[in-house]
Amino acid sequence: MNVAAQLRTTAVPDHGQGRLEVRNVSKSFVVNGAPVEALRDVSLDVAGGEFVVLLGPSGCGKSTLLRLIAGLEPEFRGSISQDGNAIAGTSLDRGIVFQEPRLFPWATVSQNIALGLKNAPLSDRAKREAVAAHITLVGLDGFAQAYPHQLSGGMAQRAAIARGLVNRPRLLLLDEPFGALDALTRARLQVELQRIWAHERITMVLVTHDVDEAVLLGDRVIVLAPRPGRVSRIFAISAPRPRSRTDDDLVRIRNDVLRALGDGEEDGSGGTPISGPA
Amino acid sequence: MSSSAALGSLGRGLVLPIGLLLTWEVASHSGLVNRQFLPPLEHVGATAWQELASGELLEALAASLRRDLLGFVFGSGAGVLIGLLLGLSTIADRVVMTWFNGLKQIALLAWIPLISLWFGFDEMAKVVFIGLAAAIPVILNLVEGIHATSRKLVEVGEVFRFNRVQFILYVYLPAAMPSLLTGLHLALIYAWLATIGAEYFMAAGPGIGGIIIAGRERFDMDLVMLGILVVGSVGFLVDRGASWLERRLIPWRAASALA
Ligand SMILES: Nc1ncnc2c1ncn2[C@@H]1O[C@H](COP(=O)(O)OP(=O)(O)OP(=O)(O)O)[C@@H](O)[C@H]1O
Ligand SMILES: [Mg+2]
Repeated sequence: MNVAAQLRTTAVPDHGQGRLEVRNVSKSFVVNGAPVEALRDVSLDVAGGEFVVLLGPSGCGKSTLLRLIAGLEPEFRGSISQDGNAIAGTSLDRGIVFQEPRLFPWATVSQNIALGLKNAPLSDRAKREAVAAHITLVGLDGFAQAYPHQLSGGMAQRAAIARGLVNRPRLLLLDEPFGALDALTRARLQVELQRIWAHERITMVLVTHDVDEAVLLGDRVIVLAPRPGRVSRIFAISAPRPRSRTDDDLVRIRNDVLRALGDGEEDGSGGTPISGPA
Repeated sequence: MSSSAALGSLGRGLVLPIGLLLTWEVASHSGLVNRQFLPPLEHVGATAWQELASGELLEALAASLRRDLLGFVFGSGAGVLIGLLLGLSTIADRVVMTWFNGLKQIALLAWIPLISLWFGFDEMAKVVFIGLAAAIPVILNLVEGIHATSRKLVEVGEVFRFNRVQFILYVYLPAAMPSLLTGLHLALIYAWLATIGAEYFMAAGPGIGGIIIAGRERFDMDLVMLGILVVGSVGFLVDRGASWLERRLIPWRAASALA
């Protein structure tokens, strides 16, 4: 079955560019009575249709930033807006694939994906087709009626990716979506994600720990530094697509990014950002 | 489980009741215990036969089961509604739950005087009492189940912009389903106990409780014993049936239950 062709028919109509503005965002949590600064003065502009990758050591606030953008944390300092409108709560225009699959244990794979479409402006038939197409897309054919406890970790993560993609938000936030996958599946889904992105011009913000993945997918790679979480460096990647992992430019940028990550670790205890946000 | 293992466990399960019945029989025949107080089994059997033949036993049992079921259906139905309301509304929860937790400390039988004042001694009063007995475990378990719903799954619902009804149908109710079934299971048991209590303390109309009372008044120990055996057997069957249903109603819990 030609998945791409089928997906095209289920695309939702265009409503906005998916442009994102994060301005001077700070967020603190209270842990054991003491404040923990998860993000300090993070600013970030993402153009409509851009593919941005967030990279940074564990605990530097990547998931927190995605949760703020998604509208799941009402309290923070600074401002976040999509297409010029300040975000207030969640929106079907902004999708998120969480770091954990978060499938509903009482629903089958296809029911879980269908729940993502509950409030989408589509006919029942279009919804059914979209669900089936996305099950195929993530390679879960034959598991549509399986319950989450019958899936492996990677299969559950793929079901969650399908659920995040299915209603075609203008802006999609992906928190380490391929973390639990084997190399082959990961490579295939990277290609599929790029294809959907290229075709639908969905704005993507993807978190990963995999530097190869970052430079392969991103228009820009944003390196965050920890404690407090802040933007440390931004790499623009202009290499033409489709990209090859062995492309010289990519390999060079990859090494730069790795070096920046190392620096970030060292000055994590209070150094100043190497370069501000673009 | 293999069939021989199943038989084995059934066998072990039967050891205690058969042993008790044997002890009963021996005690009764040996003269150790006054037959007035512990009649031999064959006498109870004869009475059972008599009551069955006259149709009185079945009639009483049918009357008891009918009000049991009626009370259970109304009580647990109201329990689900009240539980949803308390579980989903933080204000209602704060205002009512403290009261409710105090209220449930009142022994069920202590309600009987109040209920009979309000509703008299007839069928209505009994069903209300049984309903109360059924509603309490349903409310408590449902509220607890809703409160235990994973915050992470609630966030998924927020991302998909679920409205209130969708949250209830697709998140809170399924999340609370195991607790709710536990509550309904308890409700079935409590309702049956309450049925006997209601018949015993609000004696009017036919019922198993009525048979026990009649036996007591006539000092017919066979009849009392028969009533008690029927009450116990029905309670046992209700409990087993509920466990069986509970396991089958939650397919997605099958694995975790086995693990
Ligand atoms: N709900 C919360 N309550 C308290 N502290 C929190 C909460 N969420 C995040 N934090 C803190 O904020 C910081 C950033 O956490 P976050 O989950 O955003 O990191 P991350 O970059 O996604 O890490 P990882 O790569 O391990 O997923 C951590 O110090 C964490 O302890
Ligand atoms: Mg994270």
